Amino acid sequence: MNVPDDLKYASSHEWVKLSDGDIATVGISDFAQAEMTEIVYVELPEVGRQVSAGEDTAVVESVKSASDIYSPVSGEIVEVNDALTDNPGTVNSSPFADGWMFKVKLSNPAEVDALLDAAGYRSSIS
Amino acid sequence: MDENLQRSPLHEEHLKLGAKMVPFAGWEMPVQYEGIMPEHKAVRATLGVFDISHMGQVFVSSETPGAAQQWLEGLLTNNVAKLNIGDGQYTVLLNESGGVIDDLIVYRKSELEYFLVVNASKTTEDFNWMKSHVGESGVTLRNSSSEYAGLAVQGPESVAAFSSLLGADAIMPERFCMGTFPTEDGDVIVCRTGYTGEDGFELFCPVAVGPKWWQKCLAAGATPAGLGSRDTLRLEKCYPLNGNDLSPTHTPLEAGLGFAVDLTKPAFIGRDTLVQQKADGLAQKLVAIRQTEKSPPPRPGYLVFADGVQVGELCSGGVSPMLGCGISMAYIGSAHNKIGTVLEVEIRGKRFPAEVVKKPFV
Repeated sequence: MNVPDDLKYASSHEWVKLSDGDIATVGISDFAQAEMTEIVYVELPEVGRQVSAGEDTAVVESVKSASDIYSPVSGEIVEVNDALTDNPGTVNSSPFADGWMFKVKLSNPAEVDALLDAAGYRSSIS
Repeated sequence: MDENLQRSPLHEEHLKLGAKMVPFAGWEMPVQYEGIMPEHKAVRATLGVFDISHMGQVFVSSETPGAAQQWLEGLLTNNVAKLNIGDGQYTVLLNESGGVIDDLIVYRKSELEYFLVVNASKTTEDFNWMKSHVGESGVTLRNSSSEYAGLAVQGPESVAAFSSLLGADAIMPERFCMGTFPTEDGDVIVCRTGYTGEDGFELFCPVAVGPKWWQKCLAAGATPAGLGSRDTLRLEKCYPLNGNDLSPTHTPLEAGLGFAVDLTKPAFIGRDTLVQQKADGLAQKLVAIRQTEKSPPPRPGYLVFADGVQVGELCSGGVSPMLGCGISMAYIGSAHNKIGTVLEVEIRGKRFPAEVVKKPFV
C-alpha cells in the first residue's frame, strides 16, 4: 500500500499536503480508495464554504456504498477538483495526485501538526 | 468478521483469489474479486462463475403418485402440474395474506420428487413454513442445503463451459430445465437457470468436491464474480431480490410477478388476496426507475417524489455498469407508475430527476 512520506494523514484516511504556507490540499489515501473499490461518483463541497476539522466535506460513492470524506483541517474551501465529476475513477487510479479533492485555506495551521505522519498512518492501517 | 457467519465450502478458494468478503444472509461471502464492474462485464460479454453455496436446497417427495405435486400446488403460486420430469419454473411462496415469503425455482427431479432452490436468507423460514403445512399430505421434506456446493456459471459462453465441465457427450438441459449427471464425484445437478439475465446454468455438487468444480469453472475460462456484480446484473434485468423488492407486505402481482401466478388453480395459500387485487386493480406496483441526469447512485431507502410529493421509497438501486447511469426499483402508486412518468429521487437532501421506464433496464 502506497503511503507517501511527504504527506500528513488523518486516521479517517484522508491525506493533507501543504503548499504556499497555508493552503492544504486534501484527498484520500491509497488504502481508502482500495477499500472503497470502484469509485463512480464524487460529490465536492462548494468553494467558499467554511469547514471545521473532522467535518464531512465530500462524499465518495463506489458501486456498493457511499462514504463521507472529512476535512482533516479547518478553514475555507478555496478550490475543488472539478475533473472528478466526469472522471471519478481518477481517485482510484491516482489517489495522491490527480485524484485530490479540495483545497482548504487553513484557519488553524497547528491542526496540521496534530495529523499522523506517514509512519504513523502506515502503522494505523497495518 | 462475525464468527457466527456460515462459511461456504469454497471459502478458501475465495481467499486464494483475494476476494473481499462480506456478511450476507448469515454467510461470509465474496462481494468481489477484481471489481464489480469488470466482473459484471465479463458475465455480459463472456463468462462468470458465482459461488451460490449459500442458497438453500429442499427436496419434496411422496410415495403416492401426485401427492407431492398436489401439496406444492397448495403452497406455490405457479402451476406445478405443468412440470414434466426435468422441467423447472419460477414460483412464489406466499403467506396467508398473499405477501411474499420467498421466491424460488421448483424443478421436477423425477416422477415423485421435486427439487426447490430457495434464497439463503429464507431457507430456514421456508423450510419451517413448509414443515408446518405437511399435515396429512403424505409428503416428505428434506432440507439438503448443507450437502451441496452451488456454482452459477453465467454468460454467453456457458454452453461451451458446460461441455468442458460435464464432458462433450453430456446434453445440456434446455432453458429452465434440470438434469442429474453422474460423475466420478457423485451426482451433480445442473439447472439451466440463473440470476443474471444471461444464458447459463447453476450446478450443485457434493460439498467436498465444491472447490474442485470451482477450479474446473475457472479453468473453463469463467471470471470469478461476487455478490456485488450478482446484484448489479440482476438489477439491470429487474429480477427482484427478496428482502429488498419482495416482502411479506407486497403481493407477487404488485411485484410484477404475475407471470409466475396461476389464478386458474382453485386453491393456494394467499390466492384470495390476489384474486381481489386482480378484480380491484393494483393500488401500487414495483416499477423500474432510471436517473435522467447525472446523479449520485440511487440506493435502497432513498425517497421518491412526484410533483413535490413523496410517492415511494427505493427498494433496490445502484449504478448500471452497462448504461452508466443510476437505476432503481420502487413500489409506486397507480397515479405515478406509468412508463414515462417523471419522478425525482432524493439523495442527501437534493432531488435528482428520474423517470419510470420499461422493464428490464438492459
